[in-house]
Amino acid sequence: MFTTDTIAAISTGTMGSGGIGIIRISGDEAIEVADRLFRSVSGKKLADCASHTIHYGTIVKDGKVLDEVLVSVMKAPNTYTREDIAEINCHGGILVTRKILDAVIDAGARPAEPGEFTKRAFLNGRIDLTQAESVIDIINSQNEYALSSSVMQLRGKLSEEITQIREIILDNTAFIEAALDDPEHYELDGYEDKLTKDVDKCVDKLVSLLKTSDNGRILKDGIRTVILGKTNAGKSSLLNALAGEDRAIVTDIAGTTRDTLEESISLDGVILNLTDTAGIRDTEDIVEKIGIEKAMKCAENADLIIYVADATREFDDNDKKILDFVRDRHVIVLLNKTDIENVISVEQMKKYTDFPVLAISAREQTGIRELSETIRKMFFAGQISNNDQIYITNARHKNMLKESINSLKLVKESIENGMPEDCYTIDLLNAYESLGKIIGQSVEDDLVNQIFSKFCMGK
Amino acid sequence: MKNVEESYDVVVVGAGHAGCEAALACARLGLETICFTVSIESIALMPCNPNIGGSSKGHLVREIDALGGEMGKNIDATFIQSKMLNASKGPAVHSLRAQADKQDYSRRMRMVMENTEHLHIRQAEVSELIVNDGRVQGVKTYSGAVYHAKAVILCTGTYLKARCIYGDVSNYTGPNGLQAANHLTESLIANGISVRRFKTGTPARVDKRSIDFSKMAEQKGDEKIVPFSFTTNPEDIQKEQVSCWLTYTNEKTHEIIRANLDRSPLYSGVIHGTGPRYCPSIEDKVVRFADKERHQVFIEPEGNYTNEMYLGGMSSSLPEDVQYEMYRTVPGLENVRIVRNAYAIEYDCIDPVQLKLSLEFKNIEGLFAGGQFNGSSGYEEAASQGIIAGINAAMKVLGKSPLILKRSESYIGVLIDDLVTKENTEPYRMMTSRAEYRLLLRQDNADLRLTHYGYEIGLIDEKRMNYVKYKEQAINEEIERLNNTFVGTSQNVQELLESKNSTLLTNGVTLADLVRRPELSYDDIEPIDKDRPELSEDIREQVNINIKYAGYIERQRRQVEHFKKLENKKIQSDIDYKAISGLRSEAVQKLDKFRPLNVGQAQRISGVSPADISVLLVYMDSMKSVKNQPDD
Repeated sequence: MFTTDTIAAISTGTMGSGGIGIIRISGDEAIEVADRLFRSVSGKKLADCASHTIHYGTIVKDGKVLDEVLVSVMKAPNTYTREDIAEINCHGGILVTRKILDAVIDAGARPAEPGEFTKRAFLNGRIDLTQAESVIDIINSQNEYALSSSVMQLRGKLSEEITQIREIILDNTAFIEAALDDPEHYELDGYEDKLTKDVDKCVDKLVSLLKTSDNGRILKDGIRTVILGKTNAGKSSLLNALAGEDRAIVTDIAGTTRDTLEESISLDGVILNLTDTAGIRDTEDIVEKIGIEKAMKCAENADLIIYVADATREFDDNDKKILDFVRDRHVIVLLNKTDIENVISVEQMKKYTDFPVLAISAREQTGIRELSETIRKMFFAGQISNNDQIYITNARHKNMLKESINSLKLVKESIENGMPEDCYTIDLLNAYESLGKIIGQSVEDDLVNQIFSKFCMGK
Repeated sequence: MKNVEESYDVVVVGAGHAGCEAALACARLGLETICFTVSIESIALMPCNPNIGGSSKGHLVREIDALGGEMGKNIDATFIQSKMLNASKGPAVHSLRAQADKQDYSRRMRMVMENTEHLHIRQAEVSELIVNDGRVQGVKTYSGAVYHAKAVILCTGTYLKARCIYGDVSNYTGPNGLQAANHLTESLIANGISVRRFKTGTPARVDKRSIDFSKMAEQKGDEKIVPFSFTTNPEDIQKEQVSCWLTYTNEKTHEIIRANLDRSPLYSGVIHGTGPRYCPSIEDKVVRFADKERHQVFIEPEGNYTNEMYLGGMSSSLPEDVQYEMYRTVPGLENVRIVRNAYAIEYDCIDPVQLKLSLEFKNIEGLFAGGQFNGSSGYEEAASQGIIAGINAAMKVLGKSPLILKRSESYIGVLIDDLVTKENTEPYRMMTSRAEYRLLLRQDNADLRLTHYGYEIGLIDEKRMNYVKYKEQAINEEIERLNNTFVGTSQNVQELLESKNSTLLTNGVTLADLVRRPELSYDDIEPIDKDRPELSEDIREQVNINIKYAGYIERQRRQVEHFKKLENKKIQSDIDYKAISGLRSEAVQKLDKFRPLNVGQAQRISGVSPADISVLLVYMDSMKSVKNQPDD
């Protein structure tokens, strides 16, 4: 806080509003960071442009054009934060906006904390005192959020694995430090081999964490969703309803293959990736033709299963079988056609299943908001109302994972370059600290305590 | 009967390692200073290990020296063996340690004290503080004499209500059977100072003639002796050194200890004080590290004119007979004769949370404290606080602002900040791992880091300051030159590289690039560096280190820049944490207890979260109480 390090975030309010996305970068290096990605049509560097001007060009990452953009250059002090600001205006929808933010972070900015732009604006004297209270509120909510999220994460595998990796790092650091502090008791000769192995092990684990971090994927790439249901249940009209004119449709997503993904839909900021339902659509009766096994297979990799039931028909054995087979998954049961006379009510349906049951009319487009609310609750534990923040939090985690990997790579570099042992621990501790930020723990006196508990020190 | 009544600028209570530095600093700054000790013979006494320095402690001695203190000079004049620890490791953890001739060390310091102008030594027990309206006015001795002073520095070490214990024997004395100071504690408590009890211990001293050294490994000193003080000419101190000896405990030793644990006052509950984890007694080691088959024992001479040897690693409070039994299981000590028993010592000290970073009490103006009294341990830690307490007491009397060293510029800064900011539940010992910027805080550059403070204060003379300025400039110029001097694939270059097993060049590189190679050093490439200026060894060393570790040093510098920003945000002393909405109650409690001077310090208090710091910053800004200026 209050450093002039450069921060970035998507500054357009809620996701999925379609149209233009803005990535705001603020700090000493804001314009430099933008320059690393921006290729202007005029060939001019942003750094050479006058303040408060707008420039047309493309954002290029690793030789690939991400989007056509307009970039505003605003130099301190006449900016929102009173720092240098660059704003990238893109129009490629949510995924592209997020990709550009990722690129900006890779180019040297760090993800902004919730409310951080406002905080900087305030601290740099840009906002007056009456707004101070609201800033404190923002920070307080951050406090509460950090708490609830750390509780959530603590239960998770992520936290468990990070704790294990931190333990390995701390053990090694403590041994090296004990040996440096008490060279007559502990010998470091040949320790590089063990350290190299441990560091490799940690890096491998962190890299796979980075890849598989489920939450991160869901937030970044959307929720893999499968719609199941019998033909007449109204899956197609549900799809149409979800993909209606007022919803953003994102197609042709880079990095995903078209044969497993047909449409990516933003539902009030939550992205749903609907798997190709062609097979289901073409089939007269999913249960008979594909069979329960096939349905299961289809649902196997899904994060979310939406089961569409027809309110005008009785709930039968096939419905039961399918629901039974997906009982361990995230499932929402939609009772469709509730706008016309029906034979089964939401209450009756709830007797058959413990999953959330929602009444919906795809044709009349009612119940869609309830659906998105339920999805939010299911995936984000109802803690966050603004999807933007979740993304940022996760971007931060991802960033910390990356930083810890980098630090560990520096340890290896030090070993390979024959640097002395005390240089290793600088980066070991940096990695330890970065990982601690993910699970909400700082270094404090961990090291000193570890040294004393594991090693017999002193006279 | 009429009582003695005198007036001074500064009163120093205690003449151990902290008291000596404190008193010398004040007197050298021209203040009339009186230093009390319960025994003149115990000035600068080393009641435990017979050495100065060691890992991270060597750094402290160098820093004391750069500020104009005495410890470095004193050990340079009285050492009998010297060793640079970790010499094969990185420069940040090189640490100098010297065995002292204890008597010589004490005698020389006493002479320096006695011959310092404005410094008066008085043997008496200070029993009372005189405090008026929250300001210290002087002290009273047990005899009733009154000494008025503008500032008082408490450096009572391990003497307050001291009790020495072994087995079921306990004596109410200070170390070495010296008189304890039994009266001051009550006066401290009466003045609102909270007092706690710590313990430490020391091993037996044994008769050299009863040791069989043939069963031990000899530990010699370095061939080339490096002095502690930047003012000592290395050539003047090269001399014959004595040896130390290494042997080990074994299962038999441990069995005896385990069988007699019920007779140990530590385990039977006779000792209540909190002991240090880093310097455990041998019974502690055996219990806590039960899987260790043996522990090292260092046999160290206590001086040139005594047969007493110190059994490093075997401090204990077991009964006399058990001490004999266990020592005699150690190879080489089969027939050992004890001269002085091992014992544990308990003493009163304070929770240093009551102090400011200047080492002045928060609640009593003009009252300062240093050394083991503050809950630290070790001669060097004590001396470090002593010189800072002395300087700041003097600054107070002279109406100047205090010297507060930052964590980013000194081990002393780390030591004092840790003491007053963190909750320490045991005697605090310095470690290199406590210094987060240790690559910058090397023992080799303490002069470059701190001499200017000593000069500004008036403890370092112009000549010494000028040399440091010249040194700094010479280093920078030489680094610049190496960064801009290219060498190509000429024959003499390739030959030199080949002789050093270094990869041959395929194109031009700078000389600095070559120095950065692990297998080469600045001195190594001298033959291919035609325009090299004549530079002294200390400058060449700095050039080499600064080029070799440039990447790491740069990374730490950036961290320090980051660190300084918060460190420079001062918190008003009258801030009401309870009035800050949004601060968690734990944070309110902790901040109120420690009352940090700046935001950086607040951040280091355990139990204060980053979000709390944000709330605090926002509040401070809205109250316009943040001043963006460096600490003074």
